[in-house]
Amino acid sequence: MSSVAQLPGRQQMNNPKKLIVSHAPFIHIGSSIPQMSLHIILAALPAVIFGGIFRFGASAIAVVSFSIATAMLWEVAINLVSKKPVTVGDGNAAVIGLVFAMLLPATAPWWFVLTGTFIAIVIGKQIFGGIGSNPFNPVALALAILMVSWGDFLDFDEMYRHFHFDFVPTYPLATVKHFGLDAIEPVRLMDLLLGRQIGGIGATFGIGLILGGAYLMIRGFIRWEIALSFLGGIFITALVFNIIDPARFADPFFHLLTGYTLVAAFFLVPEDSSSPVNFMPMLIYGTLGGIMTVLIRNIGAYVDGAILAVLVINLLNPLLDKIRPKALGKAE
Amino acid sequence: MKRSFFSVTAPRLQIDSMPGVLSDSVRIETPRQIMLLIEGHTENGHEMMIQKGDPVKTGQKISLTPDSEAYAISTVTGTITHIEPFPGESGKQFTAVSVAVSKEVDLDQRFAAYCDAPSLEGAVDLLRCLPGSPAFENFTDADKPIQTIVINAMDQDLFVITAQYALKTFYHELVQGIQHLKAITGVKHVVIAVPQDAIQGYGDIGASVINISKGYPEGLPHLIAQRVMGHEIPVGKNFQDFGMALLNVEAVASLGRSFQNQEMAKTKLVTFLDKNGNRSLVSVTVGTPLRDIFKHFRLSWNDQDQIIIGGPLNGYSIYTDAFPIRPDTDAILLQDKDDVALVSDYPCINCGDCIRVCPARVPVNMLIRFLEAGEYEEAAENYDLYSCLECGLCSYVCVSRIPIYQSIKLAKYELGRAATGEAADE
Repeated sequence: MSSVAQLPGRQQMNNPKKLIVSHAPFIHIGSSIPQMSLHIILAALPAVIFGGIFRFGASAIAVVSFSIATAMLWEVAINLVSKKPVTVGDGNAAVIGLVFAMLLPATAPWWFVLTGTFIAIVIGKQIFGGIGSNPFNPVALALAILMVSWGDFLDFDEMYRHFHFDFVPTYPLATVKHFGLDAIEPVRLMDLLLGRQIGGIGATFGIGLILGGAYLMIRGFIRWEIALSFLGGIFITALVFNIIDPARFADPFFHLLTGYTLVAAFFLVPEDSSSPVNFMPMLIYGTLGGIMTVLIRNIGAYVDGAILAVLVINLLNPLLDKIRPKALGKAE
Repeated sequence: MKRSFFSVTAPRLQIDSMPGVLSDSVRIETPRQIMLLIEGHTENGHEMMIQKGDPVKTGQKISLTPDSEAYAISTVTGTITHIEPFPGESGKQFTAVSVAVSKEVDLDQRFAAYCDAPSLEGAVDLLRCLPGSPAFENFTDADKPIQTIVINAMDQDLFVITAQYALKTFYHELVQGIQHLKAITGVKHVVIAVPQDAIQGYGDIGASVINISKGYPEGLPHLIAQRVMGHEIPVGKNFQDFGMALLNVEAVASLGRSFQNQEMAKTKLVTFLDKNGNRSLVSVTVGTPLRDIFKHFRLSWNDQDQIIIGGPLNGYSIYTDAFPIRPDTDAILLQDKDDVALVSDYPCINCGDCIRVCPARVPVNMLIRFLEAGEYEEAAENYDLYSCLECGLCSYVCVSRIPIYQSIKLAKYELGRAATGEAADE
């Protein structure tokens, strides 16, 4: 053996066994985007199954399935068209499809769903560069566009006209808006919690949404600061309105449990890409969203302000997130 | 250290505690061939001080060129068999000097001479390669006189128990080392940073004791220095600017031990973790190639395994098992290829986990966007690149598995290169 062959470097070169040389850290906490998507879907299921499918029947299954399927197909399509790696496996498109379906009436027509998922995936997410790059919540964006384009299909009183329920089938927010507080006298909070109201497929079952949201917050899949401050913002603003004119404006608990409030709090407002990550900005962001929601509901033109409020605070996010603590060694 | 699918909360990252019943460290026999790494090139045209075939004595100082400051101390008596360039971690260049060990031990007399007249200059000149790597050169800067010596008895990474073990078992050596340190540096204020649960009394150790939380990364030098000072170190400065020097607990113990035995200490304590997570504490002659430690435990590694030096969060991995134990090697981890944490090219999804975990309050989510785009100056200026303590937690928690820590190191390296003009020369 020549002396050259004994050099450590050379020896390594001739050795069929090779070591991996990667950079620290050499361990990972184990989280991943597919896993995160899976948990969000899991958390949404109680509200979708017990609040939507059991209540509204097979047509709810159709809307949910079609929404998830088309969202995933749009994702694959745009991946192929833009010659990028196929990202449908990360589950984010499925989450978008599911959350979008949660906001729709069970009687939404197929083209409505198809258009909605197109807007969410292609315009809301992929055009901006895909996951992590969207400045707006894709679902909120899609629903807002549908709301101004074909608002009648989101009129829940109209959409559920031919359904028979064991409760008074009125959309509480619309009733209050158009007929005043007296008209909702029969609505009890327990009914709202148990999903005895009409609304989006995944938006009516209060207990299910609260459980799912609590799960996501505890496990850290959504940022609790945002969700809770959003609910706090709604509560306080609604309380102020209620105190000023109790005859005209509903009480805060009513606002917490009707419309898109709970879905928005746990599935729309804390969406990662379009919301801030620092502590104070998260609180401001959520609170502003809550305030906006109630303002639109109580004195604005729309029945439910949650979707538009989300888009407005999305717009503020980059600015808000500039408020952050001084880094180590940067304090004056 | 992985969080399971069903677990509710994230695992708490803590420096491990030692087992209650302390077993002795395992002594690894000095092998027939050792390798010493000296920082610097061999092929830069300078006159080499050493040549193949030269005899070396135990305790002999080996430098590459007459004017270079880097040196190694031979821990054996023998003959130099190879001198060759050896690429180290993070772009560092070393020269590997291999020594064939002979049976008889011939002791170099320089340390005996030093013992007769100890001085700081002598320590800089001879003792920087003691196990634990005491950085005596930090005491010699006339512009930054040292007023406080901090002895760090905190382990620097998860799984590692080397420093705690040294603190517990080398108590007398430590006391003697502190005395000697005070004598040669003239520094009176010595602080020792010990883990929270180190309940043993340190009243007579000759230093004031502070307790440090075992939560990672509280034991990193920068944070300990801040604890001692009571304020943050401004970016761009280090603790030496505030008259503070940090020494590893094992370095001080080695100093004491060297005086006790009238011979330079040459064995390093190393935490060794095999693929199954079995931990042993070994006592190894500095310069022993890692493969001899594996041989001792009858372990072999397979294709695509990983050998990690230092620790799982802030260590580095190496490309050959010929890599030797160095005076600052605290731990060796052997990682199975199935356990290697792979990174991805997914973008940041802005989940904010890194922001929560960062001990330096760096806006990691923004920083990584600029680093990935190669905008290093912007990252340093507006997104606190230089506040980073290099603890590795951001990459550990990243849901997109972005190699954030690597990007940070790369950015610092590139900016450093640009600053010294090396980039321009190429």
